[in-house]
Amino acid sequence: MSDNMKMRAQLKGGLVEVKVLMSHPMETGRKKDDFGQLIPAHFVQLVTATLNGKTVLEAQWGTGIAKNPYLTFRLKGAKMGDIVTVTWLDNTGVSATQDIAVTTA
Amino acid sequence: MHRRNFLKLILGATTALLLEPLNALAALWNKPAFDTTKIKEASLLLGIHDEIISTDIQIIAPDRAENGAVVQVEIKSNLANTDAIYILVEKNPTPLIAHFVFSADTEPSLVTRIKMAETSDIKVVVKVGAQFFTRSKNVIVLENGCG
Repeated sequence: MSDNMKMRAQLKGGLVEVKVLMSHPMETGRKKDDFGQLIPAHFVQLVTATLNGKTVLEAQWGTGIAKNPYLTFRLKGAKMGDIVTVTWLDNTGVSATQDIAVTTA
Repeated sequence: MHRRNFLKLILGATTALLLEPLNALAALWNKPAFDTTKIKEASLLLGIHDEIISTDIQIIAPDRAENGAVVQVEIKSNLANTDAIYILVEKNPTPLIAHFVFSADTEPSLVTRIKMAETSDIKVVVKVGAQFFTRSKNVIVLENGCG
């Protein structure tokens, strides 16, 4: 599942900045294909992030998040080598998860 | 048991364990709030009430967006004990964009990219305990992004 997400977690001035780029179509269900057929809604609904297994961020998303979702968030009290895990679940039940170790900038 | 089969078994079990809490979470997704076409109704469904305009909320977004399909927004709350941040776009077909809940170890700030159907305010609501604060930023959209 590692193709679904690109992640980076860097220690910067006491905070760990986590950047996530997910690969997902984020279809609203209102768009039509070349044949005039509605493309079914297909979008990430839930995103969770953990630091060493402890939940630090939970998000609910609608169809208004842009295609190939991008997210930056910042953690306090994280250090080099700590593990940040991000998991998403879409409306079709597909999910992806990825870990990254904190590095220095 | 062959090593490969054993690994498959372990992987399968791990995936099942990972998915279980997620499926439980799926039930939490606020469908009525995300489905509604009215910003007021979305706010109501999220339990947002009596929000106070606050300059302690920072919204960095372009004044003019060439393409509404991808509008980068940076949000920062300087309010102590921020629990959650909501993003709403008044003139989108479904105004509720996202809802973020932060733990005490997470800075109440984020950067993401949203879709905007037309020129509209981006309304950010911050939840602090039982109180709500808000700030809006207008973005002129030159080409709509909800096709």
